[in-house]
Amino acid sequence: MPALSTFEGNFLSRLWNDKDTRSLVVQVIATLAFFAFFAYIIRNAYVNLEALGKGFSYDFLFQTSAYDINQHLIEYSSKSTHFTAMWVGILNTLLVAVCGIALSTVVGFILGVLRLSKNWITNRLAYMYIEFVRNVPVLLHILLVHGIIVNTLPVPKQAINVGDGAFLTNRGFFVPKPIYEPAFWGVIAVFVAGIAFFAWFRGFAKREQDRTGAQYPVFWVGLGAIVGAPVLAFLALGAPIAWDVPSLQRFNFEGGMVVRPEFIALWLALSLYTAAFIGEIVRAGIQAVNRGQTEAAYALSISRGRTLTLVVIPQALRAIIPPLTSQYLNLAKNSSLAIAIGYMDIVATIGGISLNQTGREMECMLIVLLLYLLLSLAISAVMNWYNKRIKLVER
Amino acid sequence: MKPISYKIGEHPDLPPPASVTGPLAWVRNNLFSSPTNVVMTLVSVWLLFELIPPMLNWMLFDAAFSGENRDACRAQAGGACWAFIAERFRLFTYGFYPAEERWRVNLAFVLLLLALVPVLYDRLPLRKYGLYYSMVFPLIAGWLLLGGWGLAPVDTDQFGGFMLTLVIGVTGIAFSLPIGILLAMGRQSSLPVIRLVCVGFIEFIRGVPLITLLFVASTMLNYFLPKGTVFDLLLRVLIMVTLFASAYMAEVIRGGLQAIPKGQVEAAEAIGMKYWQSMRLVVLPQALKISIPGIVNTFIGLYKDTTLVIIIGLLDPLGIGRSSLADTKWTGLHNEVYLFVAIFFFISCFSMSRYSLYLEKKLQTEHDH
Repeated sequence: MPALSTFEGNFLSRLWNDKDTRSLVVQVIATLAFFAFFAYIIRNAYVNLEALGKGFSYDFLFQTSAYDINQHLIEYSSKSTHFTAMWVGILNTLLVAVCGIALSTVVGFILGVLRLSKNWITNRLAYMYIEFVRNVPVLLHILLVHGIIVNTLPVPKQAINVGDGAFLTNRGFFVPKPIYEPAFWGVIAVFVAGIAFFAWFRGFAKREQDRTGAQYPVFWVGLGAIVGAPVLAFLALGAPIAWDVPSLQRFNFEGGMVVRPEFIALWLALSLYTAAFIGEIVRAGIQAVNRGQTEAAYALSISRGRTLTLVVIPQALRAIIPPLTSQYLNLAKNSSLAIAIGYMDIVATIGGISLNQTGREMECMLIVLLLYLLLSLAISAVMNWYNKRIKLVER
Repeated sequence: MKPISYKIGEHPDLPPPASVTGPLAWVRNNLFSSPTNVVMTLVSVWLLFELIPPMLNWMLFDAAFSGENRDACRAQAGGACWAFIAERFRLFTYGFYPAEERWRVNLAFVLLLLALVPVLYDRLPLRKYGLYYSMVFPLIAGWLLLGGWGLAPVDTDQFGGFMLTLVIGVTGIAFSLPIGILLAMGRQSSLPVIRLVCVGFIEFIRGVPLITLLFVASTMLNYFLPKGTVFDLLLRVLIMVTLFASAYMAEVIRGGLQAIPKGQVEAAEAIGMKYWQSMRLVVLPQALKISIPGIVNTFIGLYKDTTLVIIIGLLDPLGIGRSSLADTKWTGLHNEVYLFVAIFFFISCFSMSRYSLYLEKKLQTEHDH
């Protein structure tokens, strides 16, 4: 075979035409290109920073930040360091992400159920809400809600009084601040004990039901242990709690606690936006459960409520959880838009004011990127764990 | 009353009772079938009654459509002041694009619509040539908008308004799909190095918010380039938006690729196709078809994300609106601006999602035959 021998004789063509060597060659080239690219940009960065006389260091983190942050969950003032400012930012991001995930899940599930309602008007209303909200950018939602709060709510002097000592103004929502007396620890101890008891009781009830078939009132026992017992303890210890009620001073309220308008705007806008997506996910998930499952449950004379909780929802969750995870991730990442309305999250603190003050773009942006990667990983890890737990057990 | 009787076999067909068909039955079945249903109907109707009339009044009946400034509007009516939007309409559309050159933006827009036709309608005669045109369209549009070669050059910092949204959106959409396909194929590749690089890229981009990437583009990209490189801000934004969207696109397409049975590739190999041939002719057409809803969703997401550029100082409609509000003549008209921009985005995004539904249905029936 003359053709084959020339083919074998040509080293280069053999390199390219043999599948294994070709894949090796491609990978070696790709690796080299990859490292060459990184070497190139790192060298550029080094040269450029050198020219500016900056260098690369995180020393600035321990210098005084010299700026105020209006919402801080930990002790912070303009005399604190940039490092503390970073933590304030992280906690603010986490706060709005966690609150947003909670509210959007609740609203989203309600929307999803309403979308499946047989009632024509309700169904259409939910549909209109979902379509309108999810086809408009989230940044616009944030600005709109913030605009409504700041422009239409009254100034502190004409605050709307909501219940006992709580005031709604365009400077935020003022509520009484609880001051715990030492005896309050007793209530907390009872509460923790209640949770522990409930955890044990649930396992016990399940084992007993598996063994004998007898059902225990798990819900009522849980309610009594977790809510009832602490309330009783609270009353028995003589209500060991005092309230610091906000009072109107010359320009603003003093005392109490304030939920800032930026937080409310960001929280509501992110939640309501994400809820529209979750609503569609929930609807699709419930519709994905075969109708035969419901019919079979009815045929076994399982009640409507129990059919929903024991048959439909567990199966629907399997279709719901993966897309729900990505919505949670989106919400957490969209919280970075806080900067548009001045809510001090990671991007606004370390990636915003600290960056501008110190001129350390590279260092600050690296911190911000890493923190978001960690946050995304954490949410994915939790949701993957949950997904594994509810997954269909197959042989 | 005398009972009516019929002979066997002569009984006329009676219409179904009114309680089963007709509008009354529909109302009863859909709105008042159970106590919960009645409550829900009443609550919904009450909500509509509370929401719709005030909104219509504000938007239309009590709105002012002309006037010199905010106070003139307020003097006419208590509702929205659309005179503001009318006065700034050109700014909202073209940004700061020079007035005498705006015909170029209009022409580029018309050409864009023409370029979309062969992409969207597959029954078009001579569609193949139309698609060639669609492929060169970005070059033509770039030339028209930027100038040069006989046209007066226009700086990109004069781009703004809806035109900027369309520039970023269309560029992102046009380039993120091919890059996304390559990334998805890389992630499925049998070569570990390629796979690792693609996975790393996709997961990094998906793990961080777009706004941080835009910050990177605006503050520190210059450090990574040779000293003295001048890099247009809009171009940096375009690159970042495209890369961001392509990572999401890659995940959507990977879902499609995973759904194609391995037998398809094996069969392609068995009849002697190379990797690229089997991908192009066998795997990708099927995978892309499955991924259409996800692809369009990514497009919509990208299109909405174009608003984020206001945070690094580009003036898209939202940015134009916000800076217009700083004008003392029109201060305080936030709601008008936001509603106007919201309607623009709603129309664009809603039509995209409707088109995706239509496409899905069409491809679905073809599959069933």
